Amino acid sequence: MFYISMFFQYVAQYMKTRLEYRADLIVEIFSDLLFQAVNLIFILVVFDHTEFLNGWSRDEIIFIYGFFLVPYALFSSFFNIWDFNERYIVKGELDRILTRPIHSLFQIILERMELESLFGAMTGLAVMFYAGSRLGLDVSWSDPFLFVLFVMGGVLVYAGIFVMIACISFWADARTSIMPMMYNIGNYGRYPVDIYNKAIRFVLTWILPFAFVGVYPAAYFLGRDEWYGYSFLTPVIGLVFFGLSVFIWNEGVKRYRGAGN
Amino acid sequence: MDKYIEMIRIRFLMMLAYRTNYYTGILIYSINIGAYYFLWNAIYGEKSEIEGLSAIQMTTYVAVAWMARAFYFNNIDREMATEIKEGKVAVELIRPYSYLGMKTMQGLGEGIFRLFFFSVPGMVIVALIFPMEFSADAMTWALFAISIVLSFLINTQLNLLTGITTFFLYNNTGLIRAKRVLIDLFSGLLLPISFFPGWAQEIMGFLPFQGISYIPSMIFTNGFTGSEAVEGLMLQGAWVLILVVPTQILWVIAKKQLIIQGG
Repeated sequence: MFYISMFFQYVAQYMKTRLEYRADLIVEIFSDLLFQAVNLIFILVVFDHTEFLNGWSRDEIIFIYGFFLVPYALFSSFFNIWDFNERYIVKGELDRILTRPIHSLFQIILERMELESLFGAMTGLAVMFYAGSRLGLDVSWSDPFLFVLFVMGGVLVYAGIFVMIACISFWADARTSIMPMMYNIGNYGRYPVDIYNKAIRFVLTWILPFAFVGVYPAAYFLGRDEWYGYSFLTPVIGLVFFGLSVFIWNEGVKRYRGAGN
Repeated sequence: MDKYIEMIRIRFLMMLAYRTNYYTGILIYSINIGAYYFLWNAIYGEKSEIEGLSAIQMTTYVAVAWMARAFYFNNIDREMATEIKEGKVAVELIRPYSYLGMKTMQGLGEGIFRLFFFSVPGMVIVALIFPMEFSADAMTWALFAISIVLSFLINTQLNLLTGITTFFLYNNTGLIRAKRVLIDLFSGLLLPISFFPGWAQEIMGFLPFQGISYIPSMIFTNGFTGSEAVEGLMLQGAWVLILVVPTQILWVIAKKQLIIQGG
């Protein structure tokens, strides 16, 4: 209960600060939309020149992209920890966090929220419905529930990977630039993984399971039954990776000695 | 002149200090190019060519486009924004050099560093893993070299322009990000411009962005040869000259209305 009320108090504060600078907020939402549009234009232009991508049609690829945008938007709203090392370790901000009565990871998530990214979830849904209606997909009663379940799984996969990368800072103080690399790799889970070679597919499924944020769960709604097994693994992989990352985080915090000043 | 060359040297040495950054940098570029390689192979499927480019030419195009980006890409717009917001620009303005010239030189120092420590080793790694096609013709290499220098100049002018807007907008993080996304798409980094539908190509023909990535990459892959390549270089040169005008005008206006908050 305490955590939930904390969450809403932070959200209220956040809204106040953001609405103070409205113009900047609008430009930021606009540049987010632009970024999503560029990826969509890429798909559209490519399919001007080809009918199928390894057996997947244009609308199916667009559908997967739309699905991907939803967990991705939730992830970027709440797990904005790409500068964890510089902000919290190098500048010693973590000392302040550790004196607070709520879990350190939760506190950081609250502090670094970027709620305007949630807008991306709406464009994602719009893209999905557009592609879905062109494909003539039926919506059954269970689909909304599975959708929420799969989206949650996807968010946890993303969050788990990025929290683990942030944890590297507890052990090695070297400034790493692995974070931007991960953002790139995350994008490859959007495309049907059967176009890559076996090694990359293995990495995207079991080591950095980004395929569970795009193609695997989306395949269920597209009725691709050869992938159903993977689709239903999504929440499991999400829980395993996120659970593991929280465990590593807690171990890391135990080791943390502070930057000292 | 000496002080500008010194600027290039200092920035070069600064880049050298962050070693992990460039090891991971090479890895990022290789992985990126690798993923595009598989994507494009799937797109080509059974087709032998699309819009005059074969599958091998296409993967070479992608690789060269990303490697050239390491040279022309820099964050001087973001650096300018920070310096303007923090009021540091006031100190820069009384120093005995041109602020814009100095920023350009810092960008060049970064570019030269990335070209030799990033693009060249990255290209060797990528070429070992994936099939690529490199021209043996010295002329192609010479034209390519001129072309990426012009790319750098066009991109830098656009960065300076975006940086200067901080004087008027105070906070332009959104604008800087939007500019970067637009350049990635319209410069031909993600897709050769010849792949776009006709009407889109026509619009892009009026914009400076194709001079940043499309022209050098096409020259390198021999998509442009002879007079076509020379025309491309002239177009790039023309844009370098045209962009000087708005940059200088905005700069003069910006200096006049500069307000330093605190400091």
